[in-house]
Amino acid sequence: MEVSRNWRLQSQRYRMEGLRCEQCGTVIFPARAHCPQCAGESFASLALRGLGEVYSFTQVHDAPAGFEHDAPFFLALVRLDEGPLVTAQLTDVERETVHIGMPVEMVTRKLREDGERGMLVYGYKFRPLLRQRRPDEAVALPARVRVPATEAVAA
Amino acid sequence: MRCTRAIAASWRCNNTALTMRDVFILGSGQTAVGEHWDLSLRQLARTAVSAALNAALPARPQALFVANMLAGQLSGQRQLGALLADYCGLRGIEAIRVEAAGASGGAALRQAYIAVASGVVDTALVLGVEKLTDKVGSSVAAALGSAADADWEAAHGATQPALAALIMQRYMHEQHLSLQQFAGFSVNAHSNGRTNPNAMFRNNLKAESFASAAMVAEPVNMFDTAPEADGAAALVLGAAHMLAPAAARIRVAASALCTDAFALADRADVLQLRAAQQSVQQAQAQASCGAADIDLFELHDGFTILAALALEAAGYAQPGSGWQLAHAGKIGLQGEIPISTFGGLKARGNPGGATGVYQAVEVEQQLRGAAGANQVQRARRGMLQGLGGNGATAVTHIFECLN
Ligand SMILES: [Zn+2]
Repeated sequence: MEVSRNWRLQSQRYRMEGLRCEQCGTVIFPARAHCPQCAGESFASLALRGLGEVYSFTQVHDAPAGFEHDAPFFLALVRLDEGPLVTAQLTDVERETVHIGMPVEMVTRKLREDGERGMLVYGYKFRPLLRQRRPDEAVALPARVRVPATEAVAA
Repeated sequence: MRCTRAIAASWRCNNTALTMRDVFILGSGQTAVGEHWDLSLRQLARTAVSAALNAALPARPQALFVANMLAGQLSGQRQLGALLADYCGLRGIEAIRVEAAGASGGAALRQAYIAVASGVVDTALVLGVEKLTDKVGSSVAAALGSAADADWEAAHGATQPALAALIMQRYMHEQHLSLQQFAGFSVNAHSNGRTNPNAMFRNNLKAESFASAAMVAEPVNMFDTAPEADGAAALVLGAAHMLAPAAARIRVAASALCTDAFALADRADVLQLRAAQQSVQQAQAQASCGAADIDLFELHDGFTILAALALEAAGYAQPGSGWQLAHAGKIGLQGEIPISTFGGLKARGNPGGATGVYQAVEVEQQLRGAAGANQVQRARRGMLQGLGGNGATAVTHIFECLN
C-alpha cells in the first residue's frame, strides 16, 4: 500500500474517525460523501469509541499476498455501538472462544507488510473486551432492520 | 402478441421511452474450462470466437465486447479489445473490454445487447476470456480480492471467499444451520458437470464428504467454493434480419444490471442480495414473465451461500430459506427450478470474467435443445445471473426460444 494512500486514511485507520449526518443523525464509518440514509452531504466528524460486538466472523486459511505470515487469521464484521458495521481482523482470540455476539474493543495493530523492505501498514483490529463497560458505555446495539422487498424496489 | 415485443422491450430512461429492437443469438462457442498451461489468453479467446463465428455464418460482428477481470494484473495485458479483435481476425472493428469483477461476462453481454437493440450495430460479438492459472497462490487470491473494497476490506485481509464466509456464518447463525446443509448445491453442480465435456470437474461429489474438505475461510471450504480456472466463451448477437432462415430463434428477452453498496459492511442487510433482487425484477418486467415462467436459472454459485441467496433474491424462496432448495428435487435437471445445469461455477469452473458468457452459452444450448445429457426438458425460457464482488454488481438476462 502506497505511503500517500495510507496517509490519507490515517485519521480513520488510527482513530476510527467517523461522521454524523447533520440532516438525519446517521453515524457513518468509514467516511463517505453522501449519507446512505438521506443522501445528505453535510457531516460533523465523530470519534467512534471502538466498542462493539462480533456480527459475523471467519477464520481465513488461504491468505492473500501481504497476509501470508498471519494465516490463519480471524476476519470479522463488527457492529459498532454507534451503529456502523466494520470489516476488521480480530486479534488475541482463540477459535474456541470467538463467537457471534462477542463484545470487542478496538486496538491499533500492524495490518500488513509489503515484502521485506516494504512499508508496514497499521490500523484497527478488534480484541475481546477484557474490562467491564462503564455504565455510559452500555449502549444498546441496534437490531438489524430488514427493509421489505417492495420498498427496496421503489427506492 | 409477438409484434408488440419491441414495444414491450422498451424502458423508461429520463422519462423518455426508448424503443429497442429485438436481439437474437446467432451463434456461440466455448473452450473447455480448466488449467490450460498450453494455451495463452489470446489462443483461448480465438478458439471460442472461431466456434461462435462459424455458428453465426454468414453474419459477421461489427463490434466486440470483451469480458475480462484480471489480464491487467495477472498477464500484464490491457487493451484486450484491440488485441483480441486483431488476433481473432476482426482487425478494424469497434472493440472494448468490460469489467465488473465476477459480473464482467453478463455486463459485456449487456453492452452487446444494448449496441444491437439500439440499432447502432446489427451484430455484436461478446467474448469472455480469463487466464488465471499462469500465477498461483497468494498473488491470485490478492488479484481476485481486488474486486473487494481495497481500502476497507482488502486492506484488512479480506478475500472474496472470506467475505462470502462472513455472509454464510451469519446466515448459519440466524437459521441455525450446519455447513452440511449446503452440500446439496455442490452435489447438484458436480452431478451436472459430470456430463458436460467442457466442465473442469467431471466427478460426482458425495454429500458425506462435503463438510470434511479443507477450509478456505471458515465455513467456506474447498467443496463449497468454485475453482479458479482458464476459459473462453463467445456469443454472437444480432438483429432479427441477421438470423439465418432455418436458425433457432433465441431472443434476449431481458437485460438488467443493478448495483448495491460496494462494501459488504455497508449493505442495508448483509444477508440480502439487493442488486440481484432488483435486476431480476427488472428483467422479469422486461420479459413480461414471473419466477414460475423460468425453466432454468444459471446463477452465480461461486459459493453455496450465494446460490441460496440468489434463489431468495429471485423469488424462489423466502429470505432465510434458500438453503432448503439444496436437493435434486428442487434444483436438479428435473427439479422445480434447475440451476447450474452444466455444473455451474462450482463444477464447470469459474473463469472469472468469462463465467457470465459461459452461462449465456449454456442457456442458449438449453433453449436450442442441444444440451445433450444436461438437457432440461421443454426449456423455453432461461435466466442467467452474474455477481461481482459478492453482489455489489448483479446482472440478469432472460433468453427465450421463439421456435
Ligand atoms: Zn443522513
